[in-house]
Amino acid sequence: MAEIHLKSLAHSYNRHAEKPEYAIREMDHVWHDGGAFALLGPSGCGKSTLLNIISGLLKPSDGEVLFNGVKVNDILPQDRNIAQVFQFPVVYDTMSVFDNLAFPLRNMGAGDAKIQSKVSEIAEILELTEVLKKKAANLTADEKQKVSMGRGLVRDDVSAILFDEPLTVIDPQLKWKLRRKLKQIHQKFKTTMVYVTHDQLEASTFADKIALMYQGQVVQFGTPRELFEQPNHTFVGYFIGSPGMNFLEVKRCEQGVCLGEKIFPLNELEKQALQMIDSNNLKVGIRPEFVHVWDDPDDSAYRAEVEFVEDLGTYKIVSLRLGEHLIKARLQEDQKVPKEHAFISFPEQWLMLYIDEFLVAKDDHNEEN
Amino acid sequence: MKKTKSNKAWFLVLPVFILVAFSAIVPLMTVVNYSIQDIFGATRYFVGVEWYREILNNSRLQDSLVRQFVFSGSVLLIEVPLGIAVALMMPKAGKWSVVTLLVLALPLLVPLNVVGTIWQIFGRADIGLFGWGLNALGMDYNYAANPMDAWFTVLLMDVWHWTSLIALLCYSGLRAIPDAYYQAASIDRASNWAVFRYIQLPKLKSVLLIGVLLRFMDSFMIYTEPFVLTGGGPGNSTTFLSQALTKMAVGQFDIGPAGAFSIIYFLIILLVSWLFYTAMTHGDSK
Repeated sequence: MAEIHLKSLAHSYNRHAEKPEYAIREMDHVWHDGGAFALLGPSGCGKSTLLNIISGLLKPSDGEVLFNGVKVNDILPQDRNIAQVFQFPVVYDTMSVFDNLAFPLRNMGAGDAKIQSKVSEIAEILELTEVLKKKAANLTADEKQKVSMGRGLVRDDVSAILFDEPLTVIDPQLKWKLRRKLKQIHQKFKTTMVYVTHDQLEASTFADKIALMYQGQVVQFGTPRELFEQPNHTFVGYFIGSPGMNFLEVKRCEQGVCLGEKIFPLNELEKQALQMIDSNNLKVGIRPEFVHVWDDPDDSAYRAEVEFVEDLGTYKIVSLRLGEHLIKARLQEDQKVPKEHAFISFPEQWLMLYIDEFLVAKDDHNEEN
Repeated sequence: MKKTKSNKAWFLVLPVFILVAFSAIVPLMTVVNYSIQDIFGATRYFVGVEWYREILNNSRLQDSLVRQFVFSGSVLLIEVPLGIAVALMMPKAGKWSVVTLLVLALPLLVPLNVVGTIWQIFGRADIGLFGWGLNALGMDYNYAANPMDAWFTVLLMDVWHWTSLIALLCYSGLRAIPDAYYQAASIDRASNWAVFRYIQLPKLKSVLLIGVLLRFMDSFMIYTEPFVLTGGGPGNSTTFLSQALTKMAVGQFDIGPAGAFSIIYFLIILLVSWLFYTAMTHGDSK
């Protein structure tokens, strides 16, 4: 097991071109020893590139990869002692399931007794015991992917296990089950696991901490709750949550920031930040879950027109027009649905200020993020 | 639902039936017809399996058959591993891969009788670079006089001509293997041999099946190249089945025995091809 440190890491596939494009832009990141992490982000943000750099399939063009403080840039994947599961099942067709699972152990020179016990343990967990004698070529796609995962899991001495969207080809029902299995395996063996996905639900059910990637950089690394409550970049707010965060472009004014004539109160830290940074790219953000919807006028509430209502079963999303902005609010099951107009207010606690797309922290405690 | 029954549908199958009849059934039945009759001009007798018995007991043909199997066996044993090896060594991308592909494709474009002629001259001790070179190195090489040299030259010619086919087939097969397999193998710490044995070779199976069948059938029916190169000699040492058949049918005009011979020849190719096919696809469904 190991702590994986990415130090001033950057990667470009065409580094020697006149205008190199960076798939990974310079960043520093630490995956702590023994954690279950998700690497979340939209397609093409560099997740897989980052994963392949960690496993050594790709050599980063800049920066260092450190395992427990030791630089491994020049160490081949086979010598990094790492396991990786790919998006599409990779099985050795001519081998039996047992031989497939035993393959990495045999290559390490493990003894027969150990192979026997390790393979049957993993087969038990992944429910492959019944098909152990079957030839891998004749398995279903689900089973093949389980074998692929099993080959990653049989080695108990690995520095980390990397998953590259491993459940893409799996049936939804089984997906949920396997994700829980992975979590159990993590709790049992405490191996560092990094799980790449573009599905926030998958990320938050698997991981203790999520690294959200955007345009080749990790923009936030935190618990699912932190990412939800305090997205430190507008992209995090937009990407996490369903629907994403509401953002309103605002202007500086005497008391803080204003939307037209409406004033949004700021706390001291936010005011300081606003004075220090000379930018006019100012936004306030609030989650649909935290927007208060009232039927009657209230001192702090703004009148908004109801545009449409989406019924999503246990809750409803109402889209409200406030000036030129469209604001989404989540109504609880039992809450009355406003007809033509409603009054909305933004609790100060949940109203976030973004300067140049980055969050201004509400208290010092969050500065480190 | 009530099914409409109409025999008119048979008319739709008719064109295919006619085509297959003319391309395969009619010619084959003609041969069968010859093989069970003795024909002198306008008179003909039904002789049953007499010609077949005679052909199977003909020691010259038996020798040719053995020679043919040895030849096809050697061709497969040399060309298949060599072709795979060449394909593995070929550059994967870039300008050099194009160059290698072109060079490899060249022998395949040379007409069969030209191949024979090229090697006939190439191997000559007086004016051929290859023959002259071997003799200059102190080897007593003469394909026109020494059966071993003749065999060696015929085999070498075939390897030169057809290894490219296997190499090109394997090359395309290798390119079709997704990178993830190699990546998974390196994560699993597989050795190069294991990568070949458990990834490349299994993935090459379908192209190799085509390659082996093509090379078997072609080499088993080889005619033009040895005919031009050695004329079947010295003695009968490089006389293969097709040449023996031609001699019998066209040279001696023994239509009956030649017909029986053709049928047996055809059945052997069919049988061996089926054996190869079954052996190579066997075990897929365990």
